[in-house]
Amino acid sequence: MSILVYIEHAEGKVKKTSLEAVSFANALSAKTGEGDVVALALGTIGQDELAAVGKAGASKVLHASDDRLTAGVIQAHASAVAQAFEKVGAKTVVLAKSSLGDAVAARLAIKINAALVSNVVELPDTSAGYKVKRSIFTGKAFAETEVTTENKILAIKKNAVDLKADGSDAAVESFEVSLADSDFASKITATERATGEVLLPEADIVVSGGRGLKGPENWGMIEDLAKTLGAATGCSKPVSDIGWRPHHEHVGQTGVKVAPSLYIAIGISGAIQHLAGVNSSKCIVVINKDPEAPFFKAADYGIVGDAFEVVPKLNEALKAEL
Amino acid sequence: MNILVCITHVPDTTSKIQFTDNNTKFDSTGVQFIIGPYDDYALARAVELRDQTGGKLTVLNVGLAESDPTLRKALAIGADEAIRVNSEPKDSFFVAKQIAHYAKEGGYDLILMGRESIDFNGGMVHGMVGELLGMPSFSPVMKLDVEGTTVKMAREIEGGKEMLEASLPLIAGCQEPIAEWKIPNMRGIMSARTKPLNVVNPVTDETQAVATQYQLPPAKGAVKLVDKDHVEELVKLLKNEAKVL
Repeated sequence: MSILVYIEHAEGKVKKTSLEAVSFANALSAKTGEGDVVALALGTIGQDELAAVGKAGASKVLHASDDRLTAGVIQAHASAVAQAFEKVGAKTVVLAKSSLGDAVAARLAIKINAALVSNVVELPDTSAGYKVKRSIFTGKAFAETEVTTENKILAIKKNAVDLKADGSDAAVESFEVSLADSDFASKITATERATGEVLLPEADIVVSGGRGLKGPENWGMIEDLAKTLGAATGCSKPVSDIGWRPHHEHVGQTGVKVAPSLYIAIGISGAIQHLAGVNSSKCIVVINKDPEAPFFKAADYGIVGDAFEVVPKLNEALKAEL
Repeated sequence: MNILVCITHVPDTTSKIQFTDNNTKFDSTGVQFIIGPYDDYALARAVELRDQTGGKLTVLNVGLAESDPTLRKALAIGADEAIRVNSEPKDSFFVAKQIAHYAKEGGYDLILMGRESIDFNGGMVHGMVGELLGMPSFSPVMKLDVEGTTVKMAREIEGGKEMLEASLPLIAGCQEPIAEWKIPNMRGIMSARTKPLNVVNPVTDETQAVATQYQLPPAKGAVKLVDKDHVEELVKLLKNEAKVL
């Protein structure tokens, strides 16, 4: 028996969130005795990169190298994972919550008759039955969920587990998937992705700006600060609504939910809808000239002051320290 | 084109989240319920598509009688008829099974819903329904145009988007900016009263993952303020105290 982990990759690199899923599976197996951790990678990616998945806790990586799978074709990926599940005789699939992972997991759940639990924040409690703690109400609460099926899929929220890095390289085995034309009935005609930048949903540090920055021309200092910190940039909903920043940077209830170690909010008042997107952050810093801004109540550290004055100074202080 | 839009009946985004009965039930005291914001985008786009191509727009909710005002609002926004599956939405699998059954019965060309509900944030019902019906499913979809039987979509991915083409029938989990939310006008509100709202029975009781106990996150301590003229203090705190640098 094994635990199967569906891993994603982009631009030749396995995603960090997928490595976290591998580490989660590794810890889960130590707890439940479900055997070794087998990762599944789909599409074109280097063998060395796959072997390195072992460091996070996998003993084997199945690689279906069919290049049609490199793009995230939802139906085809769900079929491929179901076939791998069958092959390794798994009872549990672990994956990282993501745009593609969510879409694939839902179809997979029906295919393999498994309960799917999403936004999982810690290892299941198996002392009596099988209970999984997950984040609900956009991070404003948790629910303990009782799983009653034999097969299970756990979609892991970012930072649910410490990333393991001390494992040895995994054996990479090629894996033949049989796919029907209907699996590729939909076509991805183009992909637009910000390249070379830190991706917001996976970033360890996020610097966000709000309407307090007065206009898109002032985002230079946000980007400078993000560059110093190796951070991703985000923004509030009004800022993406008026088109100062692209929609994929919108952090909040109806935008991207982030869970970085450090979230720095600049010129954002802290409406409850914005807070819903950041409340899983480990540490929140708020810079706002209004001492009454509600965001300060949700912050760990704060500076009351004009962003145009504080941010460049902070950037210099960070450069001196880092 | 006949369109089905599945909507959730959820607490308003500004609601204070609390639980009752020994943390086993959501406390709805003083809470206002709304159409899920993502579902609202799906509905708005469906109204536009129905107006372009003709056909019928049906809204569906799995819920008890308290969902009726939410369904009436969807009718006021522009849906032609409503179906309520008379049961608590026990878990995603349960809801997907109900939707799949009634969707099959209705023979819809396009099924839209929000990318996720804002209460349980599962984001899985569209994919489950797709697999149950053998239809392709896409989420989160931020643009959707129909040309004949071809559907052109944009799906959000981490740090960008991908453009997709597929054929009807299909299912999409929607999010902004697929359409602007529509506010019902007086004519819509008046006509909603007489549009059909059919209450039907659940087709199965099967569940797989039911929430049994709730918990609030631990309260946050007070913010530590740093003087704006001594930002280096903040750097030290982040490094030595919070240990996040």
